[in-house]
Amino acid sequence: MICQGKVWRYGDNVDTDVIIPARYLNTADPKELAKRCMEDIDASFAAGVKKGDIIVADRNFGCGSSREHAPVAIKASGISCVVAASFARIFYRNAINIGLPLVELGDQVAMIQAGHEISIDLAQGVLLNKTTGQKFTVQPLPGFIQEIAQAGGLIEYVKQGAGA
Amino acid sequence: MAMTMTEKIFARHAGLDKVVPGQLIKCKVDLVLGNDITAPPAIREFERIGRPVFDKDKIVLVPDHFTPNKDIKSAEQAKTVRQFAKQHAITNYFEVGRMGIEHVLLPEQGLVAPGEVIIGADSHTCTYGALGAFASGVGSTDMAAAMATGETWFKVPSSLKVELSGSLPQWVSGKDVILTLIGQIGVDGARYQSLEFCGAGVAALSIADRLTIANMAIEAGAKNGIFPVDDITHDFLAGRVVKEYQEVAADPDAIYERTVRIDLSTLQPVVALPHLPENVKPVREVGAIAIDQVIIGSCTNGRIEDLAQAAKVFEGKKVHPDVRAIVIPGTQAVYLEAMKRGYVETFINAGAVVSTPTCGPCLGGHMGILAAGERAVATTNRNFRGRMGHVDSEVYLAGPVVAAASAITGRISGPWEVC
Repeated sequence: MICQGKVWRYGDNVDTDVIIPARYLNTADPKELAKRCMEDIDASFAAGVKKGDIIVADRNFGCGSSREHAPVAIKASGISCVVAASFARIFYRNAINIGLPLVELGDQVAMIQAGHEISIDLAQGVLLNKTTGQKFTVQPLPGFIQEIAQAGGLIEYVKQGAGA
Repeated sequence: MAMTMTEKIFARHAGLDKVVPGQLIKCKVDLVLGNDITAPPAIREFERIGRPVFDKDKIVLVPDHFTPNKDIKSAEQAKTVRQFAKQHAITNYFEVGRMGIEHVLLPEQGLVAPGEVIIGADSHTCTYGALGAFASGVGSTDMAAAMATGETWFKVPSSLKVELSGSLPQWVSGKDVILTLIGQIGVDGARYQSLEFCGAGVAALSIADRLTIANMAIEAGAKNGIFPVDDITHDFLAGRVVKEYQEVAADPDAIYERTVRIDLSTLQPVVALPHLPENVKPVREVGAIAIDQVIIGSCTNGRIEDLAQAAKVFEGKKVHPDVRAIVIPGTQAVYLEAMKRGYVETFINAGAVVSTPTCGPCLGGHMGILAAGERAVATTNRNFRGRMGHVDSEVYLAGPVVAAASAITGRISGPWEVC
């Protein structure tokens, strides 16, 4: 799978409250959530994001609430992948479960800036910054998590009889 | 081989002799929790699986976030949860009027026991670690899969040991302990880890203090926070938890990634400044910061002990004319007890409003939303930008005595200024 697009760049500790504010959680409709995605940190995001675009952030992306509405909103907005120095654990888990690709890149995220064009080959484990020409090696997901991803998310995985 | 508490609980629930940090395991769950925001999408996903619930007694549904319903959309969400509970004969469905804020309610109702694995589609599910359970927040899809299978997957976390000594000085509570710790290690200081509390200082902490501390383990990025089970735990559980349970203790030679030591006797009341729980400062050092609102309650500090502390500060005093003070008992039982003890009268006489249990203001849902430029002191657990309302509002986190004192003076204050 290859993700490709323009970079939306954010800093440390992007929390689930700014990804999708609680005031909009009286719906779980992905399309409705996408309209409000990132509203409290970047009012230009929802209107400007294009299909395939990639969010790149620093440490602890997705900290805070367990609301799955956060990765759902990001995915529904058209974002193809989120790259961060590190992820908060519930967000990481939720993203895997709903099939939003994540790449944990450590301090190397500093080399990627807003507006850069990047592409990520998840199978090959390569992130290419097309704007600067830099290439990064991406750690593959652990085997068991890959199985969930390959099944198309946790529900499909359970439906296939993998659960008890 | 030696194991931590979390490793032991995981090993038992995964049917293994031993687990090690980093290992991916599937394990059985003893309880699955959801609320009116997270359960509706979980129910939708659950229905796609096409199986019955794994155990109607082990699913807990608490509509507490936007309830009593604030609008038509939230009423529809609560209706989805209500209908699901009825259809599947869920034993532990708590309707408005018989409910409470989930993490205050479940321990109170005896639904949480030591040694259990509990997942909840709410990040503060980690609260139950106070009673020696492994408890962790997950998303709606995880909740759905667990409702169908009775199992979930985990990566076994490495552990951070928090060794407590001494006992708390006057005006210092569990909230100050956890805020001090988060201030020290940062909001991702325990990311992907288990926070394991231990040491002689544990015996000096009430169950209410422990629940408050474990509640905010997630604010340090932790997967769970867990306390050893002692006589104080047993006293709390007696007559409350009727099911059988198997408590566990960490092995003396268990391996921790690192150790943080806190002498409780050196702590003082602190406040977390906007916009992160790690921006912690002693109340004595914050200077004059005028406030518009005070919230006392939430799953962090909505127990009777918290209201007792606040009532002690409010007694015979008046809320500052420029401040709205809102007190929210965590459950109906807490509310009733607060009435019996005269706290509700104290709050109302002081000029505060007392609400039915709800998570409302904590997450900027309803019952205390902030306008642009407004500041609140809250006993809640998060002060992220826009958390309680307008993106240009500010939330200062503190324990009940600081919140109550601040309501009286109209600026962030210690209780020593008014008592």
